[in-house]
Amino acid sequence: MKLQAVKDMEPAGAHERNPGFELDLDWVDRCVMNRSALERRAATIGTRRTVKKQWQAAWLLKAITLIDLTTLNSDDTPGRVQRLCAKARQPVRGDILEALGAQNLSIKPGAVCVYHNFVETAVEALEGTNIPVAAVSTAFPHGLIPLELRVAQIEASVKAGAKEIDIVIERGQVLRGDWQGLYEQIKAFRAACGEAHMKTILGTGELATLSNVAKASLVCMLAGADFIKTSTGKEKVNANLQTSLAMVRMIRWFRDETGIEIGYKPAGGISSAKDALTYMALMKEELGNNWLRPHLFRFGASSLLTDIERQLEHQATGRYAAAYRQPMV
Amino acid sequence: MQIKEIFSSMDYGPAPESADMAHDWLDGHGRKFGHFIDGAFTKPGKIFASTNPATEEKLADITNGTKADVDRAVKAAREAFEPWKALSGFERAKYLYAIARLIQKESRLFAVLETLDNGKPIRESRDADIPLAIRHFYHHAGWAQHLEREFPGREPYGVCGQIIPWNFPLLMMSWKIAPALAAGNTLVLKPAEFTSLTALLFAEICAKAGLPEGVVNIVTGAGETGAALVEHKGVDKIAFTGSTEVGKIIRKATAGTGKGLSLELGGKSPYIVFEDADMDSAIEGLVDAIWFNQGQVCCAGSRLLVHESIEKRFIEKLKTRMDNLRVGDPLDKAIDIGALIDPVQLGRISDLLAIGEKEGCSRYEGGANLPNQGCFMKPTLITDVSPAHTLVSEEIFGPVLVAMSFRDHNEAVELANNTKYGLAATIWSENINLALDIAPRIKAGVVWINCTNQLDAAVGFGGYKESGFGREGGAEGMVAYLKPAFEKALKPTPASPAAKSVDLRDTHAVDRTAKMYIGGKQTRGDSGYAREVFAPGGNSLGEVSEGNRKDIRNAVEAARKALGWGSKTAHLRAQILYFLAENLDYRGSEFADRIRSMTGATGPAAKREVELCVERLFAFAGWADKYDGAVHNVPMRAIATAMVEPIGVIAIAAPDESPLLASIAMLAPAIAMGNSVVLVPSEKHPLSMTDFYQVIETSDVPAGVVNIVTGDRFSLSKTLAEHDGVDAMWFAGSAKGAEMVEKASIGNLKQTWTTRGRAFDWADKDIMEGKYFLERATQVKNIWIPYGA
Repeated sequence: MKLQAVKDMEPAGAHERNPGFELDLDWVDRCVMNRSALERRAATIGTRRTVKKQWQAAWLLKAITLIDLTTLNSDDTPGRVQRLCAKARQPVRGDILEALGAQNLSIKPGAVCVYHNFVETAVEALEGTNIPVAAVSTAFPHGLIPLELRVAQIEASVKAGAKEIDIVIERGQVLRGDWQGLYEQIKAFRAACGEAHMKTILGTGELATLSNVAKASLVCMLAGADFIKTSTGKEKVNANLQTSLAMVRMIRWFRDETGIEIGYKPAGGISSAKDALTYMALMKEELGNNWLRPHLFRFGASSLLTDIERQLEHQATGRYAAAYRQPMV
Repeated sequence: MQIKEIFSSMDYGPAPESADMAHDWLDGHGRKFGHFIDGAFTKPGKIFASTNPATEEKLADITNGTKADVDRAVKAAREAFEPWKALSGFERAKYLYAIARLIQKESRLFAVLETLDNGKPIRESRDADIPLAIRHFYHHAGWAQHLEREFPGREPYGVCGQIIPWNFPLLMMSWKIAPALAAGNTLVLKPAEFTSLTALLFAEICAKAGLPEGVVNIVTGAGETGAALVEHKGVDKIAFTGSTEVGKIIRKATAGTGKGLSLELGGKSPYIVFEDADMDSAIEGLVDAIWFNQGQVCCAGSRLLVHESIEKRFIEKLKTRMDNLRVGDPLDKAIDIGALIDPVQLGRISDLLAIGEKEGCSRYEGGANLPNQGCFMKPTLITDVSPAHTLVSEEIFGPVLVAMSFRDHNEAVELANNTKYGLAATIWSENINLALDIAPRIKAGVVWINCTNQLDAAVGFGGYKESGFGREGGAEGMVAYLKPAFEKALKPTPASPAAKSVDLRDTHAVDRTAKMYIGGKQTRGDSGYAREVFAPGGNSLGEVSEGNRKDIRNAVEAARKALGWGSKTAHLRAQILYFLAENLDYRGSEFADRIRSMTGATGPAAKREVELCVERLFAFAGWADKYDGAVHNVPMRAIATAMVEPIGVIAIAAPDESPLLASIAMLAPAIAMGNSVVLVPSEKHPLSMTDFYQVIETSDVPAGVVNIVTGDRFSLSKTLAEHDGVDAMWFAGSAKGAEMVEKASIGNLKQTWTTRGRAFDWADKDIMEGKYFLERATQVKNIWIPYGA
């Protein structure tokens, strides 16, 4: 299949959802990733590609639409979630948007991502915005409770109004090579999600090798994942470019074989506008412009938005901006 | 372009690096440059224009160096030599360190200037050329300081003449200058006429660093300036990087002069992808292999060899990747492919592509848009080709990849080696057993496993076969700027009484003739003629076969068939050398008698010669498993292993003095290191070596490892030196013979070693039992092996 840069954005509605496929262990076997080579490629993405001036502003505005604005802390409260949702409604100060001529671009984040207990709060706070609420389910961040409880949690989150479910895989299944077991679980999760879109968090920092990351990515996609996602943000190593390359290349291979486009979500540690641009360049280079749209690419982040807003203000005024002057996330 | 439009198209915009500082620098020099000689710039002379290939605008006027300019520069370098050499290593190290620091401080100016002058993407000059050049000076500061400790018995050549190409102007200059200075040489360097600017900026750096006047001299100009430098009598060593064609001209021009020579020439390097490789990474590697610097890289991975089982998918993926490469303004920070060096080069490539088209090759061009002006070309892939096609055999030196498939790993090796070149190779496989099986079997100076175009100052770089000889980088590279100190004390070989006129006679009647030894068999010469061997008094001692071209042909064929000797274990080779020694010792008195009868040596002297031969064989049996490689420290997570490999078939023409010992002195290191040999023994006293094949026969030496052809040394040597199946030639004999051998060697650019009429002391154990011949019997292959779970 030929990768063609999409010149103009089509509406996401045309997207065909992953129906799921049979587990193909031969294919899983053939997934290899050479760590050194991926690291070298990762190191040059940011040096081979850069955007300046109005291109940078446009890309940063786009980046905002790709953010899953997230709060996943043990001390979250309804008040904290409501503040996050208020920021989601108005992610960039109106005066900045106006100065950039971007007031009509409908800039809003891809989703708001919270723990199950705050789904209802968020849904309520976002009413009328069309911003979906994503819930982390299945005993986030470790996934180590009985399967039926995890399935029940998904069902509860969907019932509470979550339109997207971020599930976690059991990392031990990957380390033991229990691909069949992993496949069955993800399939069960997908069934529980129903209409809600499922993002599978691999916990890549705990999968030891990039080949394991590739194999786990494939198994999740075969089992019906709509997105594959790197991390919970709670592992020692979160999203990075080399891991992203491994996953994104599996998405490409999956697309070549099945015609189905799977989304990608790096999460954890992406907090600067520059990082975001590098990730976007990676998506554009490896998968094409289609993966610069929220139905196929998300950042899991919170502080990222403030840094982007600062850069946009700089773009708009020519003066360097300070974080304290942006409404906090 | 409005933000909302970009928001929809998500294109990259322009991201140009400012060229202001480079233009300021050029303006500061009035855009007109002379040479840098004896620490100062000369007045501009006859000039030519240096242009920016991306915009076709003139950047500056450069002076075309004349013979007189070269002469002045060489004179300055000569005057500076002794004081420079006399400095302590630490003093020289401080200068090299200062140069490194000063380039670092000006790195942005260097990068922009390089891109303006050469057309390469600013990302490459900024992230590759300049940092690697800086690293080279840092690295060699260390060698300067440790010179005497690490390279005992060696001394600098004196004045080095260095000629560099246009593809990596500053980097190639650093590769030449840093080791030359570290070793205590002074130099005259000629940059390529297309790209002189960074060399001139570098000259300023030298002055700023306080480098003594005359140590570094830069003479700009075109081919004729280079020729004047090569031919200059005051130059002691020539180091050249460039085309194989010019390399051969230089080899010819320096033949017989005794000038040191290192050549880093062309390539058509294989890029091998096995079915178990990380395919996407291998494709990304290809971007670095053939589209780095517009493919104008001597070690470019320009010949893709892909496992037939994955070929279709790989080529599809490759084409997709090519469509994403961005071609355009080299100063743009988001450009993958910049401008070719000059319309001449573009024309040359187009001509080659036209030949390819005529020969039925298919051509795919990446989807990039080209700028309206400037010297640009799309990334190009050629398929439906085989080794018989021109595009596969010729170095294109542009962004053109040719792709072929192979069935299994043995065929991959065969295809990889099916070239006159031998500079580099790349292997992609996740199977360490496979990759490490293939790497030693490819005839190339650098092998990259699961990576490509990795270069570092600590690792030797240089070629096999017609890709040249000598290494740049690391200890291997330092050796190229040092010569053995003992050689300067060598006296001319004393004239020996004229040989009695040779009486050739037909031997078919009664055969009393010592045969030749080819392919493990005693064979009669092709001509059927014999030549008589005389004692000093003039009495006939017997006859040897009169070897001719066909005997040489047969001997080389046998030697090539025996190249498997090189992959036998060093332990086994040692055992066989010990066995040779044992068997020679057993017949010691017989050999001593033979020496006496041929040369008139005294009894003790003849006995001593045989004893030394036994000792020499022992010495190299001992070396066989000890003269080995190194693991270099490279600035990445990788093993870079320097492997010592045999050269292949070595032809040896032995001198008349010490008729047994001189032959053994060369034969023993050659075979200890795994070469096979065609040996022409002393013309006057050949019988010791024809006797010696009986020792060979009884010592388990595999057939073809040692071949002995007797006869007229000059004509046999000429045939050997011209033979493309001979990889190196050692000639002990007259200066005239040496010149002939060196001239005749250009067919396949075989490595030569000649005595040029100097009397080597074959009995000198310090030299002869040491590494002197081991270095000449081997070449270093550097294998890069990155790792990471």
